[in-house]
Amino acid sequence: MFKCKNLLGLQDLSAEEITFLLDTAIPMKDIISRPIKKVPTLRGKTVVNLFYENSTRTRSSFELAAKYLSADSVNISSSSSSVAKGESLYDTARTIQSLGADVIILRHPMAGSPRLLARTVDAAVINAGDGAHEHPSQALLDLFTVRERLGRLAGLKVVIVGDVLHSRVARSDIWGFTRMGAEVVVCGPPTLIPPGIDRMGVRVFHRLEEALPGADVIIMLRIQKERQQQGLFPSLREYAVLYGLNRRRLALARSGALVLHPGPMNRGVEISADIADGTSSVIEEQVTNGVAVRMALLYLLAGGGDRHENDY
Amino acid sequence: MTDLKEKARILDRDGIRRALTRIAHEIIERNKGTEDLVLIGIRRRGVPLARRLAEKIREIEGSLVPVGILDITLYRDDLSSLHPHPVVRQTEVNFSVKGKKVILIDDVLFTGRTIRAALDAVIDLGRPKNIQLAALIDRGHRELPIRADYIGKNVPTSRRELVEVRLDETDGEDEVIIQEKS
Amino acid sequence: MKMIIRGGRVLDPVSKRDEIADLYIQNGLVALPFEADSSTQIIDAAGRLVAPGFIDMHVHLREPGFEAKETIATGTAAAVRGGFTGVACMPNTNPVADNAAIIEFIKNKALEAGRCGVYPVGAITRGSQGKEMAELAGMRESGAVAFSDDGQPVKDAWMMRLAMQYCKMLGAVIISHCEEKSLVAGGVMHEGYYSTILGLKGIPAAAEEIMVSRDIILAAETGCPVHIAHISTAGSVALVREAKKRGISVTAEVTPHHFSLTDGAVADYSTNAKVNPPLRGEADLQAVLAGLADGTIDVIATDHAPHTYDEKNVEFDLAPFGMVGLETAVGLVWSELVHKGILTPLQAVAKLSFNPASILGLNRGMLTEGAAADITIIDPDLEETVDPAKFAGKGRNTPFTGRKLKGMPVMTIVAGEIKYQRSQKSGVRSRESEVRSQNEGTV
Repeated sequence: MFKCKNLLGLQDLSAEEITFLLDTAIPMKDIISRPIKKVPTLRGKTVVNLFYENSTRTRSSFELAAKYLSADSVNISSSSSSVAKGESLYDTARTIQSLGADVIILRHPMAGSPRLLARTVDAAVINAGDGAHEHPSQALLDLFTVRERLGRLAGLKVVIVGDVLHSRVARSDIWGFTRMGAEVVVCGPPTLIPPGIDRMGVRVFHRLEEALPGADVIIMLRIQKERQQQGLFPSLREYAVLYGLNRRRLALARSGALVLHPGPMNRGVEISADIADGTSSVIEEQVTNGVAVRMALLYLLAGGGDRHENDY
Repeated sequence: MTDLKEKARILDRDGIRRALTRIAHEIIERNKGTEDLVLIGIRRRGVPLARRLAEKIREIEGSLVPVGILDITLYRDDLSSLHPHPVVRQTEVNFSVKGKKVILIDDVLFTGRTIRAALDAVIDLGRPKNIQLAALIDRGHRELPIRADYIGKNVPTSRRELVEVRLDETDGEDEVIIQEKS
Repeated sequence: MKMIIRGGRVLDPVSKRDEIADLYIQNGLVALPFEADSSTQIIDAAGRLVAPGFIDMHVHLREPGFEAKETIATGTAAAVRGGFTGVACMPNTNPVADNAAIIEFIKNKALEAGRCGVYPVGAITRGSQGKEMAELAGMRESGAVAFSDDGQPVKDAWMMRLAMQYCKMLGAVIISHCEEKSLVAGGVMHEGYYSTILGLKGIPAAAEEIMVSRDIILAAETGCPVHIAHISTAGSVALVREAKKRGISVTAEVTPHHFSLTDGAVADYSTNAKVNPPLRGEADLQAVLAGLADGTIDVIATDHAPHTYDEKNVEFDLAPFGMVGLETAVGLVWSELVHKGILTPLQAVAKLSFNPASILGLNRGMLTEGAAADITIIDPDLEETVDPAKFAGKGRNTPFTGRKLKGMPVMTIVAGEIKYQRSQKSGVRSRESEVRSQNEGTV
């Protein structure tokens, strides 16, 4: 059973809870592959997508997940609401609560916002990415994809490459993979590796050639051009030379290694086009699995009413 | 948890076997053979029952009937009042139900709510020619207009009683007992 | 008005007096022994510590301009409840305390409130903008005890040098909030493991240490005394220790939160633990404790920074820095420093009374005959759980809610008058207060 009220981050979850979530996503994935992609499970439930940052990908994934489960979903984004008029998160949360939301999915540029929201509302809160903190549903879909493809998580070597400093995906992946017994290595320029990250149970490398040997899974992070403007690395060209994944470097990993990317990709920068479209890449599967994992999350967090089970 | 007291044993191993044999015959007779026939067991104990019926049908008719597994959790009508939500398992129907005669199989027919959910679940998989229902035990107390086409045994019960079907595959023995809440 | 405080352990850091004795007070001053008569107020201080009145040389009273957070009246109420007989208030009000008129305003408001001494700190530069010097001599004349652009540190080294040269002439200390802004760059907590897992922008220790170095160098060059506000890192402590060894006129203060909490207190995105300088790592905390013990750190000051509930009930990045401190400081000093053997009671008293008084040039912090009868009485064994609902100040923004403290101020006397008395079963008893009120509260 999954007894958490909210999903704010993978840091809070045990290996058992993560396994349960992933197991629940299996029947959900079946539903997506059927001609009728809909079950009546969450009829009458209201899911609010509260997005303070643009994210077509994550938002539509959650939206489809809600629709496949027959929940009603509403999108509130920063450009279309009082959010843009400077209403505080606290007041927006109270309003959404009054509208009768059962689940609120929050994407916010500031770390820790989902915790503030969860303290304010009775509805279940799912963190869809908060600043550089966590993006738990992304990490869960990564875990699901890897487990489905490789049959296990324990004992795998997972290499996360790129801008770990600003990446919520990296943090959630580190918590998730290490908790499931995988070995995690991060690799990037020293200016993009946050201090003290080794205490999360990972090893740090600055050279891809040292990080990749023996890798079962390679997670490439998106590099944002604005980081160059902040002076964190000299140029995209130099970044691509040092940290871009190409055929030659992929050959250093274990054969059959998987390549993941949370998207959207910068082809030719962190990942070469032939790798992105190659047989190692599971980037498209990640998208499908994302819907399944989010259906599982919605199903498990939208339970209501009494805390007992009847004799169905 | 309320304490349960075993009250009576209504079917033993042989009783279950005889009931399933009879149901298998009835299914074949009613459907004039096994053409377009598929069996779908409702998790959890409908699944071994479906497999056993398929085996009996093979013994009688010599033909293999496909068996599917249905998990009706996502179709339950009481989800809005349950926390946490029950465990969902996989539905494994690896064949098309379109145009098929679907025999739904469950261990105990009680309120009819499980069957209502199962009907919706099957119809979401495709449009069958018809759906029929087989249950090992019918204990009455229907809350929906649902009846079984094939019944192993009718057992009049009170609401305080609990009918428990135990099968080798799931429980390590074959028997049906009535328990009473004390 | 005559008063005798009987049987307490009298601690006077100047004379190093530490003995059980009676303390006599007459006309608002510490007096020679006299015979009690019917008008003499007798205070039984058996089992209590009797210390010169505590002075918090770093508070934000928020008036003028931010009266929703705190006023001079509520801030001084918090001070006396916390055992302080005097506070030095920082100039980052609105308008900024950068001229004599505002210094006068603050002093008048404090007189009106009538609770404890209020010693205004003037801004170094106009509007604390760091561009041109404020009228320092005028403010000094009106009673500014020191100068600081607290919170808006003087960025330009040239400007700071000029201010020091000028202050040297005035005989006033410069209080420096040490922060190199280009290294802070939007940081909201200490840079380290916790900032990494929380995904919050970190403030490196170097941001503080670079400025500590600069100001020590300028102090050495100009001869102007510099006081390092709220020191928080191991590197800063080492820099101050070294500077003192070289005879440079530098002093330093630490806040109770920096000697009792680490950045782990932020782990739940608790905005009440968001403070500047940020709560640091364990090694920094240990260095601060060592600095307190060996005298590198002269003063304990709270950086009392009240904010409203709504201001703090927001995303961590958006919450203002700062926490209240006046009403928990003494309890934390005794719980974390005295009872744990890091400071003797006499050393703790010195860092809370005589040392800040002498840095600010105040004739306070002593119990010798003729000294002002500002007195703090402490029950070192009194245990109390921090409950912000009981605070006399307006701010409730403390990370110490629910923390059990041992060693609390039980009576605050300003110029011979009881300004606060803590109600408790076995409290300090005075004949007068028994008739007057059994309830806790400011008098």
